[in-house]
Amino acid sequence: MSARSIHWFWYASPQTFYPLAGAIGRLAAPAAAVLALVGLYIGLFVAPTDAQQGEAYRIIFIHVPAAWMSMFLYVVMAFWAAIGLAFNTRLSAMMARALAPTGALFTFIALWTGSLWGKPTWGTYWVWDARLTSELILLFLYLGFMALQASIDDTRRADRAGALLAIVGVVNVPIIYYSVQWWNTLHQGASVSLKSGSSMAPIMLWGMLVMALAFWMYSIAVAMARVRCIIRERGEA
Amino acid sequence: MLDAVRCLVARDLLLALRRKSDVGTALLFFVIVASLFPLGIGAEPNLLRAVAPGVIWVAALLSSMLSLRRMFEADHADGTLEQMALGAAPLGVVVAAKALAHWLVAGLPLVVIAPVLALQYDVSPSLYGVLALSLLLGTPVLSLVGGIGAALTLGLRGGGVLLSLLVLPLCVPVLIMGAGSVEMAAAGLGASGQLLLLAAMLVGAAAAAPWAIAAALRISLE
Repeated sequence: MSARSIHWFWYASPQTFYPLAGAIGRLAAPAAAVLALVGLYIGLFVAPTDAQQGEAYRIIFIHVPAAWMSMFLYVVMAFWAAIGLAFNTRLSAMMARALAPTGALFTFIALWTGSLWGKPTWGTYWVWDARLTSELILLFLYLGFMALQASIDDTRRADRAGALLAIVGVVNVPIIYYSVQWWNTLHQGASVSLKSGSSMAPIMLWGMLVMALAFWMYSIAVAMARVRCIIRERGEA
Repeated sequence: MLDAVRCLVARDLLLALRRKSDVGTALLFFVIVASLFPLGIGAEPNLLRAVAPGVIWVAALLSSMLSLRRMFEADHADGTLEQMALGAAPLGVVVAAKALAHWLVAGLPLVVIAPVLALQYDVSPSLYGVLALSLLLGTPVLSLVGGIGAALTLGLRGGGVLLSLLVLPLCVPVLIMGAGSVEMAAAGLGASGQLLLLAAMLVGAAAAAPWAIAAALRISLE
């Protein structure tokens, strides 16, 4: 093994990663707070009222970034799971485990804020829209992953079983998404769609991007804190 | 290798025949669940005709969940599974044979009995063929994908509920296409699109799932 590859895997050891995780967490947590404040300020005070949806649209500053994160975090989780299976690194599996609750939280927030937005806009808390349905199934996938890991006592088996499930899930997610979309068009006419993306005021887009960045930082900070807990729990620090 | 498959399928079928009640329960469950729906939602023929494909498919999904645990559990308990993992035949082939046997015992009877349930729901006889064909293509996918869950939850406490929690979300596409094909046929639009997609899922699952099941078994047997 060359010196370069040893260097590459330096932080793959929980012991060396533990202080780094702390440092990243200390940077990301205040960044998340500041960005969230800025984003919420833009979203709630600067951005203009939407012509059609009134003030109710402002929930998208939480809803859309949460939905982005919910999907993105599943892919990241599956990525770490795959790395953990391929290279047999303990830390990767810990990362996957640390990301799952945050991903489930964002999925839940996306569903919740979506239904709050749907009530004034669509007149109902829940429609069997393709996006809502696939988001709901994503929540089930997250919960399944967490339930599987929680029910296995042996950490090595829990890590590897969870990793396999995450990979199977990530292969399935596009299939689920498209089949749900097709099912939806089969059952009912096209629901109200958010096709106003291009005509959105730039300041709204900025608010959403800042909030998305804030959620990123929050996810990083929380995942780092959680991975430190896991490392401690397993007595590897 | 094919000998190993034949031998394993024959063995699992023989074991299932010696314990007929196990086979019967899953089938009975399917029939009972499907019979409960009219009692719950009322016997209005138009309503029943409309919900029949979905009800029959959901009942088939639940029934095949119920029998999934049997795929590996008994072999795991008496150590046979470890011998199979150590044996000469590749584990991927072994688990494919076991999934096939599971389907023959738990899936095929559902295909055969589904038209009878459709009759109860007053579904037009011209749709029986589509319903049976969709189940014929779809239930093997349930056995294959479910096998991954069965292998992952092997020997865990509370495994049954956990298994359903893991596998049911993954089976959503099969349910959508299966029930959708019958509904399309009922609407006179032709079911070939959904049936072809189901067939594609079957091919994809048959190609990929055995390796995932084998990997999951290796993790669980470690």
